[in-house]
Amino acid sequence: MAQTKTRSVPQPIRKRPKQLPFPLNLYQSAIGRKWVMAVSGIVLLGFVVTHMIGNLHLYEGPLEIHEYAETLRNLGTDIIPRTWLLWGVRLLLIVAFVVHIHSAYSLKEMGRKANTRANYADGNKKYAASQDFIAANYASRTMRWTGPIILLYLVFHLADLTWGWLSEDWHLGDPYNNVVVSMGNIGVALIYIVANVALAIHIFHGTWSLFQSLGINNPKFNQARKILASSLAGLVLVGNLSFPIAVQTGLIDQDNCEAPCGLTAVEAEEGHE
Amino acid sequence: MIGELRSRTPDGPIDEKWESHKFNMKLVNPANKRKFEIIVVGTGLAGASAAATLGELGYKVKAFTYHDSPRRAHSIAAQGGINGAKNYQNDGDSVHRLFYDTVKGGDYRSRESNVHRLAEVSLNIIDQCVGQGVPFAREYGGLLDNRSFGGAQVSRTFYARGQTGQQLLLGAYSALMRQVSAGTVELHTRSEMLDLIVHEGTAQGIVVRDLITGDIRSHTAHAVVLATGGYGNVYYLSTNAMMCNVTAGWRAHRRGALFANPCYTQIHPTCIPASDEFQSKLTLMSESLRNDGRIWVPREHDEVRSASDVPNIDRYYYLEEKYPSFGNLVPRDVASRNAKTVVDQGLGVGDLKNGVYLDFADAIARDGEDSIRERYGNLFQMYERITGEDPYKTPMRIYPATHYTMGGMWVDYELMSNVPGLFVVGEANFSDHGANRLGASALMQGLADGYFVLPYTIGNYLAPLLGQDPLSENDATCGNVVNEVAERTQKWLSINGTRSVDWFHRELGKLVWNYIGMERDKNGLEKALSEIPALREEFQKDVRVLGSGDSLNSSLEKVGRVADFFELAELKARDALEREESCGGHFRTESQTPEGEALRDDENFAHVAAWEWGGSSDTSILHKEELEFEHVPLTQRSYK
Amino acid sequence: MENTMTLTLKVWRQNGPTETGRFETYKVDDISPDMSFLEMFDVLNESLINSGEEPIEVASDCREGICGTCGCMINGRAHGPEKATATCQLHMRKFKDGDTIVVEPWQAASFPVIKDLVVDRSPLDRIIEAGGYITVPTGSAPDANLIPVPKDAADTAFDAAACIGCGACVAACPNSAAQLFTSAKVQHLNLLPQGQAERWSRTEDMVETMEEYFGSCTNHGECHEACPKEIPLDFIAYTNRDYVKSKRKNRKLLGQIS
Repeated sequence: MAQTKTRSVPQPIRKRPKQLPFPLNLYQSAIGRKWVMAVSGIVLLGFVVTHMIGNLHLYEGPLEIHEYAETLRNLGTDIIPRTWLLWGVRLLLIVAFVVHIHSAYSLKEMGRKANTRANYADGNKKYAASQDFIAANYASRTMRWTGPIILLYLVFHLADLTWGWLSEDWHLGDPYNNVVVSMGNIGVALIYIVANVALAIHIFHGTWSLFQSLGINNPKFNQARKILASSLAGLVLVGNLSFPIAVQTGLIDQDNCEAPCGLTAVEAEEGHE
Repeated sequence: MIGELRSRTPDGPIDEKWESHKFNMKLVNPANKRKFEIIVVGTGLAGASAAATLGELGYKVKAFTYHDSPRRAHSIAAQGGINGAKNYQNDGDSVHRLFYDTVKGGDYRSRESNVHRLAEVSLNIIDQCVGQGVPFAREYGGLLDNRSFGGAQVSRTFYARGQTGQQLLLGAYSALMRQVSAGTVELHTRSEMLDLIVHEGTAQGIVVRDLITGDIRSHTAHAVVLATGGYGNVYYLSTNAMMCNVTAGWRAHRRGALFANPCYTQIHPTCIPASDEFQSKLTLMSESLRNDGRIWVPREHDEVRSASDVPNIDRYYYLEEKYPSFGNLVPRDVASRNAKTVVDQGLGVGDLKNGVYLDFADAIARDGEDSIRERYGNLFQMYERITGEDPYKTPMRIYPATHYTMGGMWVDYELMSNVPGLFVVGEANFSDHGANRLGASALMQGLADGYFVLPYTIGNYLAPLLGQDPLSENDATCGNVVNEVAERTQKWLSINGTRSVDWFHRELGKLVWNYIGMERDKNGLEKALSEIPALREEFQKDVRVLGSGDSLNSSLEKVGRVADFFELAELKARDALEREESCGGHFRTESQTPEGEALRDDENFAHVAAWEWGGSSDTSILHKEELEFEHVPLTQRSYK
Repeated sequence: MENTMTLTLKVWRQNGPTETGRFETYKVDDISPDMSFLEMFDVLNESLINSGEEPIEVASDCREGICGTCGCMINGRAHGPEKATATCQLHMRKFKDGDTIVVEPWQAASFPVIKDLVVDRSPLDRIIEAGGYITVPTGSAPDANLIPVPKDAADTAFDAAACIGCGACVAACPNSAAQLFTSAKVQHLNLLPQGQAERWSRTEDMVETMEEYFGSCTNHGECHEACPKEIPLDFIAYTNRDYVKSKRKNRKLLGQIS
């Protein structure tokens, strides 16, 4: 008897890619991308934490924060020309940022494809009954929102304080002044606060998650991972939020300027002598 | 007509039979194996292990299962363990002792030569499973742990927590999937065998319905292997899975294969009693609970106090009173029958008065709650999940339920039925357990047949067929059978009666449980023989199956299975009526010792009752295979 | 039975993989709290048949939580509200009289609906086929006690092997990833000495087959909460580690051992 009806069977939703040479082939798989995301996340996390700690110089005064900035530029000058190492670090951060974003985007895309369903009008929702999430916490489910928020914030932050596109009072080499001018505006301060809350949420899930992705796991320290994640997120949150708040409350203020206002810290230093 | 039944047991001393038979059997040259096609129906322990092994040998195998994946077969639910005569515990176990225990445990109604072979290959099974990565329990030194099971005097049971069946099946399933990926096994899931194709006197194929598309078609091969499990669901309520059925075997029976000892059923004493009419299945709890639990019922019919308030003097510890030396650890059939006796007397407990207490209060007082939790934590949790009662505080309620069927298709020493080319393995055949099965032996038999017996013996049948192609699927025989199946399927859809399939199944189950359950007598069996056909007639006129035949339709799947259960139930009653003795799981009230023990009649009934389909359900013809016991002396059991 | 319940069920009905589905609302009376969730469906189906309506297809087999056949989304939770419990072991006492229960099939692109609440989970078998075994042809295994396995290793392997393959992890996952299933299967064998020879090829093959059919894990942990056997998330981490290692191995020179 000839078979009259053939049964349809689920087909792959993704073609297995042709293997590139190691280590590029790692990036061809989702697990490899998670690994890349975790490693780049560690780099970025390291940046966020040192950046926050460095910024604490703000509390010491304009000269100190200026000197700190100079120290960064002078890193490694014993061996290589000035600012080269700093640029190296910046390059590393840019690369980390790009792969972090690309891997996140492509993983989410894989998940979206695997969820494709024709039945409900609302294509984003997996189930009609609102899905009762238990483990997937707010942080983990909002990574795709906190991520873009952080990206936008980063662009804003660079334009605001690094490139000085947003204010005429911005002066190259006077970070103290620039911070006061920028965050003195209540709107800007709010942007900083919102963005840093998002950053902390992102760091919370990211830190817990990176151990999982890298496979450095042990039931013995699973509890410690949660503690580490929340303390890191908390540390960054408290540190970074303190700056706009301090500016708004006047703790960091032009009054603290030892130099005449409107001069850059460099000029002030020179004038002082 | 079938001539004398020949078991084809080889000659020679019992411990050399298998060895010499393996040497004497014809072999298929490795290069020729790929020229042979074999159909394996069922992918439980026996089926998956057989299909995998045959594939490894190089045969072209087609495996069929009605599940969505081979891993779902009901072997997966076995809890206890698997026997193996390894003697790792140095407590005096041996192949001979396992053989001896199995023959005795089967109450002298099994074939000695088969049982000895089973005990022999039990050693290889353990090796094989460990090699596959089955995570058996281990000692701190890293070596395998064993426990004594079901009252055995030696510790020979290997186990993987309470999920031994699951782990063994996953092992066999992984071996099967390896062959699927190697291309030697073609796997057909959600495909149910609905008939056997017998051409020129030999089994050459099957007819299968695709459960998703409804497509009915034939598959042909040089040989057909049935590994389709037991028929416990004829009772409606049993510990079997919802889909377990007898259809494959029964259809083979209607095509000429003999059905042996249908009356042998094992009733397991420690199951959770039904809570209401809509109970769909019963859940078994490991027998190990009887090691620490004490079984009792109130002495008074109208006891209203809660269990813990009933003082000792008003409690009837019936097993301890009747069997002082074994107490709560009497064999399964004895424990089951006694539970029935007290419940029938109206002493049952629970809302429906359909259970007996299994009480851990004394054990908890003696060993502490923690140590009881360590031993039985999982089981207590399971009990609480199902009943909502906490067994640490109130005693468990238990009642016997159908668990395993020792009867099945008649097979010879080579596991081939009387229809040449039709092999039957695992619970589906009748071969190794006699009238009762020892604990932890079912898994052993399934894997023995599939891994180590059938792959050898099937070669002996296939070798002379070299050069012959399998029957063409366009052959008229195939077409006829396919048409018959299609008509049958269509018939069910066209009746459009008033009652659901489940309703009839439940009613049938009640009849079978009441008349062919734990205790049988002439009167009841004769009643069964008149009431079952009456109900069947109603069923055929009044069953309602909705929907169509060309998509997933579980009522349609079920109606055919229940129809076959009806015919089987009748044969079961007939077989029980014919066997005017008690043995193992078959207890005729007319035949008991003064203490109420099963009393065998070796003079007249030391035989296998193999039934031939006579054209209708009331014309079955009995054939007898006489059993001889040379190595295990016939003795009467006593657990006093 | 005194305290029976009346419930409203909103059940997903769909005739076939390519058909459009819809929710149907049913009222069921006289539900005893001792009934299992599936027995409640039996009652509903019986009444549907009696009133001439086609019964709802809902998969189940062993009904003791081990075969993995059953499973649906119950009020947005895979296998329903009780933790570590498959649908068949869920009992009605977990619901209240008058409740409305929404029942849906598992959803994932690789789990097409066959009919009503029944889905096709065969991609899980494809993952096993890719390497979820130890190559030990029948008869070739050495004596079972030849290789001691540390008890802890055997126990951990068992924790992984307890997976029943029901697909709840995929259903619950916001990405429809099959990471928990695959990792359980990979680690069961990778943790045992018997599984070392094929450790790296197994990990690579199974993970890559998984990625053909399913989404990618983003460490939500929903799968573990939905799992009737409570398979730990750690196995996912172990598999991530093994996968990256497997890519690094030059097996020709080093053999498979780590």
